[in-house]
Amino acid sequence: MEGRIDVTVENRGAERADGDGKRHPNTCPGCHSHYRDDELEQTLRVCPQCGHHFPVRARERVAQLADRGTFVEEDAGLRSADPLGFFDLRAYTDRLAEAEVATGLGDALIAGAAAIERRPCELAVMDFAFMGGSMGSTVGEKFARACERAAARRAPLVCVTASGGARMQEGILSLMQLPKTVCAVDELREARCAFISVMSHPTTAGVLASFASLGDVIVSEPGALLAFTGPRVVQQTTREKLPDDFGLAESNARFGHVDAIVPRAELRPFVGRLLSLFSRTE
Amino acid sequence: MTETPANQAEQLRLKERLARLRDLPLLRGVGVSGEMARLKRQLERMDAEPTADDVWKSVELARHQDRPYTLDYVERICDDFIELHGDRSFADDPAVVAGLGRLDGRTVVLVGHQKGRDIRERTHRNFGMTYPEGYRKAMRAFELADRHGFPVVTLVDTPGAYPGVAAEQHGQGGWIARCQLAMARLGVPTVACVIGEGGSGGAVAIALADRVLMQENAIYSVISPEGCAAILWRDAGEAKKAAAAFKPDALHCVELGVVDGIVPEPEPGAHTDHDEAARLVGESLRAALAEVEPLDPDDRRRQRRRKFRSMGLYLE
Repeated sequence: MEGRIDVTVENRGAERADGDGKRHPNTCPGCHSHYRDDELEQTLRVCPQCGHHFPVRARERVAQLADRGTFVEEDAGLRSADPLGFFDLRAYTDRLAEAEVATGLGDALIAGAAAIERRPCELAVMDFAFMGGSMGSTVGEKFARACERAAARRAPLVCVTASGGARMQEGILSLMQLPKTVCAVDELREARCAFISVMSHPTTAGVLASFASLGDVIVSEPGALLAFTGPRVVQQTTREKLPDDFGLAESNARFGHVDAIVPRAELRPFVGRLLSLFSRTE
Repeated sequence: MTETPANQAEQLRLKERLARLRDLPLLRGVGVSGEMARLKRQLERMDAEPTADDVWKSVELARHQDRPYTLDYVERICDDFIELHGDRSFADDPAVVAGLGRLDGRTVVLVGHQKGRDIRERTHRNFGMTYPEGYRKAMRAFELADRHGFPVVTLVDTPGAYPGVAAEQHGQGGWIARCQLAMARLGVPTVACVIGEGGSGGAVAIALADRVLMQENAIYSVISPEGCAAILWRDAGEAKKAAAAFKPDALHCVELGVVDGIVPEPEPGAHTDHDEAARLVGESLRAALAEVEPLDPDDRRRQRRRKFRSMGLYLE
């Protein structure tokens, strides 16, 4: 019955074939090199030995992408409600509080005005560390507001995704964030604003099946898992033999689902060039 | 029961009470259509919060093997129906049915998930689990409807989009997103009805409609009870507990503002009387279409967008 797992998985990113779960977060799963945190920060969290892309937290991603001091966060006060009074092994409200303490974020997405390579834009960035980057009402609302601000300012939207999918603790309301964010993108398109979707590891399920896939240009980082259903669930459900690169950015590029795979060190200039081309004038 | 004026007044009174009871918007006629007895039954149910057993009963009925499927409804509701095949690109997905039908003398485009009744058909229909090709077929039908000004009716009944290697390679996530966007952009009236399992992304792909209805015993959810239990309880056997926690039943969906109305079923469920179930679904679809048909296409699109834009609950 696991086959019914669709848009949600709290922690699907951890299920890559190489993940043994006990690995230290700063040990490279590709070549087992170990780094101090400040070393990794210096290299944009890319392994200097083998090029493995470690996950990037939302604030650090903003620092990597946006021109220094240009990011002005909006809607930082938005918090998730508990519409269902959800309780599994623990209460949803406890999980939320714990995630906030652990990450220093109000929810799994931060957004605001920024400039990338001196091009003004609206920037939205997801954080996988906050409950697997899952999308509940707050993430959906923040993304929709980012679209509206972009439309109002006639600015392009850049969104970096990292998500296990919809947040099942919000039940059907989390599923409704799919059509909600799709409608927000529709409004952005009507305002003729560009939307650059950067899919980082992992972009799966409900986020892949909504706004992330609707970018005018879709860019991905090397080795990112971009799949509606993750490899473990596909394997368990269908007993199919999975290709080695199942669901990875490289496979997605081969099948025509992403425009470019851009290594992290080149991401900022690449997005800058795109923004420049979309602005029509030099 | 006949529809005398007194009877209608009583219906209205009951509906108002019903709306007040749960602090819901009045269900604009579509909500709980049908006879007094049904309204009263609905009212009794709404008085009490559905229990874990009630929710689980919905899950079981929504998946009942004798429950009417899309084609069962189509042949009873439409005077004529011609099925359209293929996504004009790669394949024809039997898990999705699309076609032109006649409803009350007007032409409509109908799209729905299709499950199978026996083992052969079930396999053929892939248990109603869609490939990207199915969403492309749906999109082609939506665009056809928009070009010719035909209203769109969708019937939702899927455990979820198919989780297979080929489906992923064909872009499952991207096509679910684009199928929703195609629905968001339609100028023609659109009504969706969840007639069984509204399973996650695979369901919402064809449910971004002006009015979204749900049968009394249908379920609409972000994940299957088994999937949720496997992840949060680490035991798929806890499905009943999971279902009670994430509340996929029709009453909760109305309460959360996700669906606009509940379509009653014959007692004890649609599987016992396909004709009556189809009559009730048809009646609700007509009422819902009548509500949105008078609008100007741009207004309709704007209202639809606003409706979905406002979904969710958060703290400012």
